[in-house]
Amino acid sequence: MNPTDLKYTTSHEWVRISGDTATIGITEHAAHALSDLVYLGLPKAGDKVTAGKALGEVESVKAVSDINSPVDGEVVEVHDALHDSLSDINSDPYGKGWMVKVKLKGKAPASLLDAAAYDKLVAESA
Amino acid sequence: MSTAALRRTPLTGLHEAAGARLVDFAGFLMPVQYEGILEEARRVRTQAGLFDLCHMGRCRLTGARREEAAQYLVHVNVEKLKLGQIRYTFFCRDDGTTMDDVLVYRDRDEVFFCVNGANRARDIEWMKQVAARFGCTFEDLSDSLAMIAIQGPRSADVMAPLCSGDLRGLKYYWFYRGTVCGVPAMISRTGYTGEDGFEIYFAEREAPAIWKAMLESGRPHGVTPIGLAARDTLRLEAGMALYGHELDDGTNPVEAGLIAGALPHDKDFSGRAAIEAMLAKGPPRKLVGFTTGSPRVPRQGYALHLPGGGPQVGTVCSGSPSPTLGTHVGTAYVQAPHAGTATLDMDIRGQRHAVRLQPLPFYQRAR
Repeated sequence: MNPTDLKYTTSHEWVRISGDTATIGITEHAAHALSDLVYLGLPKAGDKVTAGKALGEVESVKAVSDINSPVDGEVVEVHDALHDSLSDINSDPYGKGWMVKVKLKGKAPASLLDAAAYDKLVAESA
Repeated sequence: MSTAALRRTPLTGLHEAAGARLVDFAGFLMPVQYEGILEEARRVRTQAGLFDLCHMGRCRLTGARREEAAQYLVHVNVEKLKLGQIRYTFFCRDDGTTMDDVLVYRDRDEVFFCVNGANRARDIEWMKQVAARFGCTFEDLSDSLAMIAIQGPRSADVMAPLCSGDLRGLKYYWFYRGTVCGVPAMISRTGYTGEDGFEIYFAEREAPAIWKAMLESGRPHGVTPIGLAARDTLRLEAGMALYGHELDDGTNPVEAGLIAGALPHDKDFSGRAAIEAMLAKGPPRKLVGFTTGSPRVPRQGYALHLPGGGPQVGTVCSGSPSPTLGTHVGTAYVQAPHAGTATLDMDIRGQRHAVRLQPLPFYQRAR
């Protein structure tokens, strides 16, 4: 189902932690639920983000949803090209659909889910 | 709410089998989307699509005084309706607020109504009360009659081979009784998309067979099922009100621009005095259409402000990307003195986005 090298939030974001850098996006389940995406709001490099707090927003034809940060840290890179290729979020949510890279402050929260736990969450919400 | 608690229509199983996304709508498990909202909306504008409308309310008044009772319920002159004619109208309270917007059908021995699914229970209570007052019979046919719509420029081509009678000769907002696939049906040239099309009523148990026959007949014309989300986009482009958005318990149809000028008859109906008072005085707020070049979609409840950091003068009722116009569109109530303004600012989560007011509808088909 979902990639095993990632961690997940209960609000359907994913995070790939490599050293002190966290790459963040939304999961396939979230992208599918939102479907026709029309707008993406992302932070700027240098912005501070807080685990569980909104770092941006994604908007579909029918709804606006916050993108919550899975971790604490500072934004070091923003995938600005994604604004012009929103369908990548649907077609390749864990690859070309990445949204921001964050320099971790401290450790990633222990409450993040592994792939098995996240798969279970999605299966239960279906 | 668990989906297990939701009611199913005779077509829900077919929607599930087709891979539709199903949601709670008016207490029913209904298809909100099949292939994609914008794709489905385009299909209805260019070809045609099918809609399961079994969640809507269908009912009738019969008995000698049925037309008097109907007249008390609606703002149009029932007596002036020809047999076979349909009008869009409202159930209003004494204070002129809107209980529902409905279609009224005048037939030889009955007056038939199609009402919103979300208001069905309270509409039925209201109609029962009125029927009792006039000593006529009210029947709720919602569970015994199915309702399917086909909408789009190819609709008549799809339906003509399936229907008895002069389908192509039927005028917009008229109906006749005939057959569809040999099944007795009421065939109505109405819809909620701004396209040509039909809404068809027939015995509930026949619904799966007729749905499949319509899809089959529609295959060469590109017909597919359409979800409720695309239906909402289409009705908004066509400038049609949706109860809960442009109309609600606090809204007089005059504010929505749905009753204008003087009432052309002297029949009494529930809400008449309040409606006439508002017509005479002018509504305090008016429904307007707007477009926006912003990438953000207008949504119900967003505030509209006078430009340049001015005060709030309006509130958004509905919004959607418009695949037909290629921009986002919306409706809003704006204080009457500002309803003629060219541009306003829409507040989206603390950011201002310019909107340009424009008359409704956004889309009108060539006739």
